[in-house]
Amino acid sequence: MGLTLSQRRRLVPWMFAIPGLLWLILFFAIPLANQAQVSLLSGDPEAGYTLTWAFDTYTHAIADYKEQFLRSFLYAGAATAIDLVIAFPLAYFMAYKAGRWRNLMLLLVVLPFFMSYVLRTVAWQLILADNGWVVERLRDVGLVSEGGRVLATGPAVVAGIAYNFLPFMVLPLYVALERIDRRFVEAATDLYASHATAFRKVTLPLAIPGIFAGSLLVFIPACGDFINAALLGTSRQYMIGNVVQSKFLNVLDYPTAAALSFILMTVILIGIVIYSRLLGTRNLTEAAT
Amino acid sequence: MSASDRARTWALGIWSAAALLFLFIPVFLIALFSFNDNRGRFNFTWQGFTLEHWKHPFADPDLTKALENSLLIAAITTVVAVLLGTLLAVALTRYRFRGQGAAGFFVFLPMATPEVVLGASLLAMFLVMGIDTGFWTIAIAHVMFTVSYVVVTVRARLEGMDPYIEEAAQDLGAGVWTAFWKVTLPMIAPGVVAAGVLAAAISIDDYVVTSFNAGQTQTFPLYIFGSTRQGVPPEVNVLGTMLLLAVLVLMGLNLLAQKALARRDRGRAEEPPAIPAAGPSAVTG
Repeated sequence: MGLTLSQRRRLVPWMFAIPGLLWLILFFAIPLANQAQVSLLSGDPEAGYTLTWAFDTYTHAIADYKEQFLRSFLYAGAATAIDLVIAFPLAYFMAYKAGRWRNLMLLLVVLPFFMSYVLRTVAWQLILADNGWVVERLRDVGLVSEGGRVLATGPAVVAGIAYNFLPFMVLPLYVALERIDRRFVEAATDLYASHATAFRKVTLPLAIPGIFAGSLLVFIPACGDFINAALLGTSRQYMIGNVVQSKFLNVLDYPTAAALSFILMTVILIGIVIYSRLLGTRNLTEAAT
Repeated sequence: MSASDRARTWALGIWSAAALLFLFIPVFLIALFSFNDNRGRFNFTWQGFTLEHWKHPFADPDLTKALENSLLIAAITTVVAVLLGTLLAVALTRYRFRGQGAAGFFVFLPMATPEVVLGASLLAMFLVMGIDTGFWTIAIAHVMFTVSYVVVTVRARLEGMDPYIEEAAQDLGAGVWTAFWKVTLPMIAPGVVAAGVLAAAISIDDYVVTSFNAGQTQTFPLYIFGSTRQGVPPEVNVLGTMLLLAVLVLMGLNLLAQKALARRDRGRAEEPPAIPAAGPSAVTG
């Protein structure tokens, strides 16, 4: 239709890309831009909101919800660290030692995903219940005081988050470890490196993309999570996700909810950049895929 | 293998078994409590075995409706997200075009955004545009945040492919769509299936984004969360367990199908070639 062959060839990738990109522009990019505008409105639910470029919503949001922000990053960071400790040996075992059990183990790691997330968190209520087996044993060994509880505390929320996102840590770690050429490790031990040194100087550095991807996949959803805090904690354990949700759905304070969302996103993006520098990962998207 | 090596392997194995057990404890408990003969609203203490809940899993019409909605939304999400995501992945890996890097980063962004932000932003836009939230806004939201996962999964499969294979098809006279349909798609089919499973799993399980865009519509996770205060009925445990079993059966069938396919391929490879192979191997053999 009046187009030369080379022009048509240039259009081909766009034909493939445009439907998906359009969906993301309409339902991801435009809502985010709209949200930026909403964060600068002022007013109240009854009278309606008008655009006043109220940047002080941001300073107020930070001042009012500093505690929930810090708690979110603390809980998410703690859960990420716990998951790294639990997942690394498991991923290592699956990659090098599991042999014919490997596929079964992979299946077992993914399978709990198919039991509802909310339902699994409710099950943790049962596990950590005040008169339950776990809490009784913790009382026996003195980790929990007589009459003390686990449910409705920070550790319960962290445990719930760590549990729910563990598979997100295991899978990228496994992929990264599995990809490592074991001959590098053999070369190191042949050259008289101890197992510990070979691990520290060869395996660990090569596993860094997996550590990076796994940490992001746990930390990002954990930061915004509010199910664990709602079901396993009380308002004293509420995270920023709980605040955003209640501002949006109950209080109808849209500007503050929007400002809180942007602050959360900004902090996370800055955190990702710093973390990637620390670990020396060059390409963010490369590590994530 | 030295003694210390063996000890290390054992330690790793025990750690791994414990980690897997940790993952499964809540799953076992949920399944177990679907057989609990509970009295009162809460299903938190074991009061004896019963099959009653398994006999009437659909007794509660609200719960049944919620599960129906979840399954329907997951089906719609899977079809649309796989379609959009697969095409997008093909564009991003099989072609070179201006703005490709930026497009790739843009597709990655929703995965780096916390779900509360995705859900809240979308709701704000629906409110501004005066769109009532409900079934379709949930489906729209689910497609939006599963597309990126589809792209990542399909891309991983595409990256291992011969870069010139579509060009070869087109040089032999196939149009762009024929090349995609007859050459690219069959090769990436396992990746597309995996992406579909992932999209369905994410959609059916989502609470956060859904809670913002559901309006009066109930989904399975919303129903469970809503019922936590009055006590989650054991029928929820039954339906949750049934879903898990259904997935297991599907996985098993898939495995059998793959084995059958592999056997067929091997059978073909072992068939004697139509033209006698000449050359060094024929001479030495």
